[in-house]
Amino acid sequence: MTASATDKLDAFIDAAAAALDLPLDPAWKPAVKANLAVTLGHAATVAEFALPDEAEPAPIYKA
Amino acid sequence: MADFTWSSGAEIAAAVSSGKVSAAEVTAQMLAVIEQRNPRLNAFTAVTAERARAKAEAIDASPDKRKLPLAGVPFAVKNLFDIKGLPTLAGSKINRARKAAAHDAVLIERMVAAGAVLVGALNMGEYAYDFTGENVHDGPSRNPHDPERMTGGSSGGSGGAVAGGMVPIALGSDTNGSIRVPSSLCGIFGLKPTYGRLTRARSFPFVASLDHLGPFARSVRDLAISYDAMQGYDGGEDAACVDRPAESATPFLEQGLSGLKVAVAGGYFRKGASAEALSALDTVAKALGAREVEIPQAHRARAAAYVITATEGAALHLERLRTGANDFDPAVRDRLIAGAMVPSTLVVKAQNFRRWYREQVLALFKDCDAIIAPATPVTAPKIGQATFMLDGVELPVRPNMGLYTQPISFIGLPVAAVPVPLKPLPIGVQIIAAPWREDVALRVAHALERMGVVAAPRPRL
Repeated sequence: MTASATDKLDAFIDAAAAALDLPLDPAWKPAVKANLAVTLGHAATVAEFALPDEAEPAPIYKA
Repeated sequence: MADFTWSSGAEIAAAVSSGKVSAAEVTAQMLAVIEQRNPRLNAFTAVTAERARAKAEAIDASPDKRKLPLAGVPFAVKNLFDIKGLPTLAGSKINRARKAAAHDAVLIERMVAAGAVLVGALNMGEYAYDFTGENVHDGPSRNPHDPERMTGGSSGGSGGAVAGGMVPIALGSDTNGSIRVPSSLCGIFGLKPTYGRLTRARSFPFVASLDHLGPFARSVRDLAISYDAMQGYDGGEDAACVDRPAESATPFLEQGLSGLKVAVAGGYFRKGASAEALSALDTVAKALGAREVEIPQAHRARAAAYVITATEGAALHLERLRTGANDFDPAVRDRLIAGAMVPSTLVVKAQNFRRWYREQVLALFKDCDAIIAPATPVTAPKIGQATFMLDGVELPVRPNMGLYTQPISFIGLPVAAVPVPLKPLPIGVQIIAAPWREDVALRVAHALERMGVVAAPRPRL
């Protein structure tokens, strides 16, 4: 991740914590950021795999 | 009096049923071993001695004990199962404030109905978000083959209790590998059934769309008899439990490999594996005459499982993160907070991929009955070890021990984990079958056991 991307992640974490009403001790932030970067990396690995628009998500609600 | 403390559950049930030994005597022996070994292995967080003695006496007095497949067999459960009279900890400090459970988990009720004797609750990683078996509140579960090493997790106490000869059978949960990882590191057998096969009613959840419950044992027969005892629809108490008749696996164990085609997973499942993991896999593959097959996009499956776990886990714990964040294990808390922040669009993408991947993998079972793969990339690391080298890259232990288990549970396939007794430390192999074919996985496991290729080594304790 580039320096500007990690700066954006810092801003995103602050905004998300505020929006979600999650208390975030500054001492926790480096670990939260490291975990979020790993998870977003995994999410990108999944999202870059092209699937048709008709691809259904796995959980199907049954009425 | 004969010593039953390293006997299998099947041997104990046969001896109790025939009157060769009383359930009370077996229970007394097992409680004594727990008292002696648990201070070193830290597998139990509660011992239900009074309840166990009462149940054993009831078995001994029962005219039906000959009909009970688990007559007098001691067992213990990961402490995320409800046990009547105890708060359900799920490895946490926070849950200690919960009310005592009013009823046992349904799977405990079914084990007990089959004659089994509950002797206690077992240590686990906090809220099951862990592959190490370490716990900041209760201390680490310790590996019976080397107490300075990890049991693996998150069902660490389940692995340690069975491998350490404190119970022949334990129950645990597996969201991404939490039955298969400790089975591998502790050198025992574990069964993660098909998603939806065994009810999770009255157990503490982690990731609803990935959580499974299942047994650990030192023999395949014990996995099969306990699994058979726990099958069956629960009337809808667990939304994921499928209304499907029980399909016993035990009667098919002795059928051997005849008519079964086994494949071995290549590509992703060899990358990063240690020499020990590859040696174990190759030994099992050779014994089964397995040909190589590629599970497509396994790395993306693992990535998608990671995303779904982080976000569903965070959703489960969101309110606790708001009001009691300081009471979490810091390592769990920081992962959960990060999971709460993942955009929902990416989670939906992961669920889209999940259905595509399921179709690809199910197609492989048109040409084979089972696929084998490593259970863990390495043998048990030292307790406290934060990183390991996989394929020349230094990676954190905690999230990466499940590299090979995550792409399989992601689509709910049944898996028997079998131990290859390498020295000085054992390591496991996964036997993966098509959905609802636990019987195939257990048959292959039993054939390997009979060939002497897999076995639960007895630790020197």
